[in-house]
Amino acid sequence: MDDNKTDIKDFLAFAYSFYKTVKEYKINLVYEGEITHQIIKAFTSLTETNMEIDEEPTSIQKKVFHVMVESLQNISKHSDHLDTENQRKEGRGVFILGKNNDTYRITTGNVISRSNVESIRNQLTKINNLDKEGLKLFYKKQIKEGRLTQKGGAGLGFIDIAKKTGNKLNFNFLSLNDDYSFFVLTSTISKNI
Amino acid sequence: MEVIKIIGTDDTPNVILDANNNIFEISGRSLPEDVASFYEPILDWFDDYAEETNKKTIFDFKLVYFNTASSKLILDILLKLEEMYEAGKDVLVRWHFPDDDEDMEEAGEEYADIVEVPFEQVSYSLD
Repeated sequence: MDDNKTDIKDFLAFAYSFYKTVKEYKINLVYEGEITHQIIKAFTSLTETNMEIDEEPTSIQKKVFHVMVESLQNISKHSDHLDTENQRKEGRGVFILGKNNDTYRITTGNVISRSNVESIRNQLTKINNLDKEGLKLFYKKQIKEGRLTQKGGAGLGFIDIAKKTGNKLNFNFLSLNDDYSFFVLTSTISKNI
Repeated sequence: MEVIKIIGTDDTPNVILDANNNIFEISGRSLPEDVASFYEPILDWFDDYAEETNKKTIFDFKLVYFNTASSKLILDILLKLEEMYEAGKDVLVRWHFPDDDEDMEEAGEEYADIVEVPFEQVSYSLD
C-alpha cells in the first residue's frame, strides 16, 4: 500500500516535470502511439485551426500541413517494430510539433530495423547535400522511377519535406538492441521566408 | 461511356470524368488513406476513354493539396493523357494553382517537364 502511494507521488511529479518540459521546448502537440489515418486527419486539422487563429500566412500553413502529413505517413509506413502479440498493423511512433517565434519544428521518432539504418542514413545525407535544383531533379527522377509500395509509399516523403521547407533535415539513429534502432527526424519550417 | 463523379472530402479530391459533357477534372485535396485503390477506377476509366475520345480533351487539375503518395498517381494520370496525345489525340492539360502558392505552381512545372503533353499553367485568385 505504501509502495503504491510512492508510485502515485512519483507519477504526479513526472506529470508536472513533463508539463514543464513541454512548456520549455514550446511544444504544441506531443503524441506516442499508433499513427492511423484518423490520427493524421485529427492532428492536421487541429494544427490548421491553431494556425488560423494565429493568423499564420497561407504559405506557412500549407508547408506545415505538408510536412506533418509526410512525417506522420512515414511513421505509419516505415515503422518496423510490429506488435506481433496484438497483431497491430499500424506503425507506432512519437510525434512532436514545436513552435517558437521563428519556426515550426516537426519531430518524429520510430523504431526501425537496424538493417534499414544505412539506406535511410544514405538517403537523408544525399538529400541534405542537394541544393534546390538538385532536389527538384532528384524528385523528378524518383517520381518517374519509383514504384508505390504495398503500404502506399512513393519514396518521395523526405525529398518533398526538404523541398518544401528549404531547410536541412536533422536526424539521428539510436541503437536499441541487436535488431532495432530508434530513428529520430526533425524538420524545420522557417516562418520568415 | 461511363461517367465518374466523386464528391470530394477533406482527404479525397472531387473527380469528374464526363465525356458527354466534356468535363474532365480533379480538384481539392488528395491524401486518401489508400491512394492506390482510390485512383484505380480513375486510371481504368482512361483505358475505356482512350478507345473513343472526344474531339478535344481538356483535363483540369485544380488541386490545393496532395501528398507524395498521390503525386505518383497524378503522374500516372498524366501518363495516360500523354499516351492519348502520342496516339494523335487532341489533349490539353490545364494545371490550376492559387496565385500565392509557389509550391503548387512548381509542382505543375515539374509535371510539365516529365510528361510530353500540351500543358498550360493557370493561376487563380482565392479571394
